[in-house]
Amino acid sequence: MSASKHGSLLQTDPHTKKRNAAEKRFRMYGLSAIAIALIALVILLVSIISNGASSFRQTYLSFPVTINAAEIEAAESALLKTGAYNKIIQTSLLTYLTENDLLQDIPEEDAFGMISDEAGATFREFILANPEAAGTSFQLNLLANGRIDGYFKGRVTAQTALLDKNVTPAQLVMADRLAEQGALVKRFNWAFFTNPDASDQRPEAAGLGVAILGSFYMMAVVLFLALPIGVAASIYLEEFARKSWITDVIEVNIANLAAVPSIVYGILGLAIFINFAELNQSSPLVGGLVLTLMTLPTIIISTRASLKSIPPSIRDAALGVGASKMQSVFHHVLPLAAPGILTGTIIGLAQALGETAPLLLIGMVAFVKEYPAAWSPDAGLFGEASTALPVQVFNWTQRSDPAFVERASGAIITLLIFLLIMNALAIFLRKKFERRW
Amino acid sequence: MTNIKISAKGVQVYYGDNHAIKDVDVQIEDKTVTAFIGPSGCGKSTFLRCLNRMNDTIDICRVQGDIRIDNEDIYDPAVDPVQLRAKVGMVFQKPNPFPKSIYDNVAYGPKIHGLARNKADLDEIVEKSLRKAALWTEAKDRLDAPGTGLSGGQQQRLCIARAIATAPEILLMDEPCSALDPIATAQVEELIDELRQSYSVVIVTHSMQQAARVSQKTAFFHLGNLVEYGVTDKIFTNPEDPRTESYISGRIG
Amino acid sequence: MLPLTVPFFATIGLAIVGYLLARRRALSVASGDIRVLNALPHQHGLNTALSTLLPPLAVMLIWALAVRIGASRDLVLAPQNPAFTYIALIGLSVTGFVLSLLRISRDFRARNASERWIMALLIFASTIAILTTVGIVLSMVTETYSFFGQYDWRDFFFSTTWSPNFRGGSDLGIIPLIWGTLYISFIALVLAVPVGLFAAVYLSEYASPRMRSIAKPLIEVLAGIPTIVYGLFALVTVGPLLRDYFAAPMGLGQSASSVMTAGLVMGIMLIPFVSSLSDDIINAVPQAMRDGSLGLGATKSETIRQVVVPAALPGIVGAVLLAASRAIGETMIVVLGAGAAARLSLNPFEAMTTVTVKIVSQLTGDTDFASPETLVAFALGLTLFVITLGLNVVALFIVRKYREQYE
Repeated sequence: MSASKHGSLLQTDPHTKKRNAAEKRFRMYGLSAIAIALIALVILLVSIISNGASSFRQTYLSFPVTINAAEIEAAESALLKTGAYNKIIQTSLLTYLTENDLLQDIPEEDAFGMISDEAGATFREFILANPEAAGTSFQLNLLANGRIDGYFKGRVTAQTALLDKNVTPAQLVMADRLAEQGALVKRFNWAFFTNPDASDQRPEAAGLGVAILGSFYMMAVVLFLALPIGVAASIYLEEFARKSWITDVIEVNIANLAAVPSIVYGILGLAIFINFAELNQSSPLVGGLVLTLMTLPTIIISTRASLKSIPPSIRDAALGVGASKMQSVFHHVLPLAAPGILTGTIIGLAQALGETAPLLLIGMVAFVKEYPAAWSPDAGLFGEASTALPVQVFNWTQRSDPAFVERASGAIITLLIFLLIMNALAIFLRKKFERRW
Repeated sequence: MTNIKISAKGVQVYYGDNHAIKDVDVQIEDKTVTAFIGPSGCGKSTFLRCLNRMNDTIDICRVQGDIRIDNEDIYDPAVDPVQLRAKVGMVFQKPNPFPKSIYDNVAYGPKIHGLARNKADLDEIVEKSLRKAALWTEAKDRLDAPGTGLSGGQQQRLCIARAIATAPEILLMDEPCSALDPIATAQVEELIDELRQSYSVVIVTHSMQQAARVSQKTAFFHLGNLVEYGVTDKIFTNPEDPRTESYISGRIG
Repeated sequence: MLPLTVPFFATIGLAIVGYLLARRRALSVASGDIRVLNALPHQHGLNTALSTLLPPLAVMLIWALAVRIGASRDLVLAPQNPAFTYIALIGLSVTGFVLSLLRISRDFRARNASERWIMALLIFASTIAILTTVGIVLSMVTETYSFFGQYDWRDFFFSTTWSPNFRGGSDLGIIPLIWGTLYISFIALVLAVPVGLFAAVYLSEYASPRMRSIAKPLIEVLAGIPTIVYGLFALVTVGPLLRDYFAAPMGLGQSASSVMTAGLVMGIMLIPFVSSLSDDIINAVPQAMRDGSLGLGATKSETIRQVVVPAALPGIVGAVLLAASRAIGETMIVVLGAGAAARLSLNPFEAMTTVTVKIVSQLTGDTDFASPETLVAFALGLTLFVITLGLNVVALFIVRKYREQYE
């Protein structure tokens, strides 16, 4: 055996060169895998944000209106009250346009069509809320029609207007004139967060108000039910239950429930809560119950993990001074495990907040224009029809007007912001209270 | 001094801020068993791992100084650690057979280094290595059985066979018997003595008796320093440094 | 449920009063010196509160259930006069209230008594998981049973056409739906498994701690995004892109919703799922295994391919099965990205549909729970549940066995 058997270390032999090339390729595969994942994330976010960011600004038409008490009275006694108010708006608009010589060759009908169908109701609400406005002249801010809004957001152009029966090229010319005059402006769209849903013809008025409230009610139900039940179940399984085939069955069962497709929970909700227990369809109560059952395994798994991480010495110390087993758990183990439990709960809630499929089956996809009450005598607690953020997104994707795609993406941005806040809170709690034993 | 296999000069090793090896100089001979002894945490394993650059796999570890094998600087940028490790084999403290068959465990090294032209070649290498590791008679009928199913001593001999199969010139052993019972230890020690015919063997050990039994040269490490290095008999009978004296008489460590 | 509101709140009120009264009574029994009491006043209070609250609540629950079951069999169990229910429930509450107050004495072990109530609550909470499974199975089995009473099961499982018709005479064969489901899941896994696995390998074996601390959470963000977002992404971005740049130029179809659209987007969704599971599994492989291979002069990639991955293989297989179960049960991405037409085709750029899509479409809108067109959704649901249950149980079993091996 001589030193030459291996050759000089300073020269890489051909075989090793080949192997090193393979090594490099392998590394590249790994790097590209990460790149693919990250690029997918970026494209996903960019696509959603570029489609949806514009929904946070909305085009408003603003012009002076004069109204006197007699006109109000006449409108209020009309059969179609909003129709009557619409007439007043149209008259005022016409006055404004002629005074500023903006109408020129454009038909009056086209000018009126630029205002949202929602305007009559908005105007009426304003007048009823501000009776002192009667007899004065004031600036009225009204939603512009969805197509006009789309024109300022690049969705509608003169070419597409020719093919579209909901908008005319003349209206776009008028829109430019009004914008130049400062009468047509984009503003931050608060109404997007407060308005209820709107029908197919008026995407400009559609908002997330009911959906946000419905989601909030459901999260309240989930928090109120899933947290105590999940913690109680975990305490029993982790601290008290003796190992037997029953606890084994429960354990496998919980692991499996965590992996059951969410739509199966929807079927369960439909069959048990709606068909069997006859609770109200589309209600946050049923939605909350379904999401509770769905979130429970997540909470139990994370709670058990945090209970397990508390060293037995703590329990022994409590038992050693004569505390009962129950006292050792409730006085010592549970408070120490609380941060972990809370983190797990928030993550479970975040999951529940984004869940869509089961809610479709229990009717939450219905068109809801009224805010639900937290309690009502005939529907009970959280029993009135509502919708939820992710379901509202789905609902809007099913509409034909492209303005709703913008709304859906905007709703998703809102949903993602909520999720971001919840996850950030979870991370913060974990970092702040993390303890190594 | 015709026969120097490894020569180290001024070796410093840092783990982050911790200075683990301080200015170590040592010359290790070919066809000799060299033992590194010393109390826990003295740096003997760390130094051993420098000799085949296993420390490269630890992010925070930095090595300075000059280590030459066959008069080639093994930390030269041109040196490929992969090629180096084929030349400098290693056996670890805890037997770590791969979760594969006995045959595949031994054949793994020759396969990745392309040492066999065909299956017959490979079979021969496997048999030769298992014979050298004194495992052939026990294993020849169960070459397809998983290596993890062997007893602890057999596993460690399998790991030695695995290391031999790549035809190294130097064999590093990091406390190879610490996880074994006395009978298995005796078998492995006997094996080490035979391996001396073909390889330069460097063994880290906790047991001074073991060092005395198997090695010809001994190096005593203390707190990252190489305190004393010389012929084993002399170190154990007539050490020069008082620290060596206290260690082998059981006062430190 | 509503008639129970009054006794419900009455019971809660009584329990609060009971807590306060019992505490006062315990103190007065002890003449103000709590050292002579066997249990703390607070424990007496708790025992009284729970004795007042829990029995009527349990009865209410069972009663409500019984009334519902009765109603579903056309039996009227509820008494005509709700006052009877009120009196019975409140009576039960008062009995618990009075009895537990009377038991208060210096020697009464109130702590043990209250802890027995709490234990009962804990046990009840842990049975909810079991009840959920029972509920899922029962609700689907009964409806599926009545579906097969109206529609031949052989046609359901073996017919290759799916064309529901609410006027009757529907073909409800599951095969095209299963085909669409498996085809989409297959494409999703073909994307997610290699990408997820390579990402996990890179992050755990190569990446610097800094890169790992940035890339890992970013990839996990993908896991936190709700599926409706992926659905919209498929509908608005991926679908039109694939149609305009791949399907249409290649003459493979004009549909934005397609197996490919849904499959790719679902694949993206599954990447973090596969990668974080594999990451755990790869990290469980002992370092000694890697050292052994590196010490023989293997390169890192040789070590990974020939030692680490084979050692982790059972765990990785488990992770892939869990991912497959996810893919099969995924709903929103396919609802928005795959289309609604049941079709048996090999062309991935054609719209196809899945089991979950049809569950949604058969159960939303105006539904008649007596017609096979609605009831088929429960049979679909049960099929889905059985398939995913099988995958989950096998996967969980494999992963658990694997973990034990290295513990």
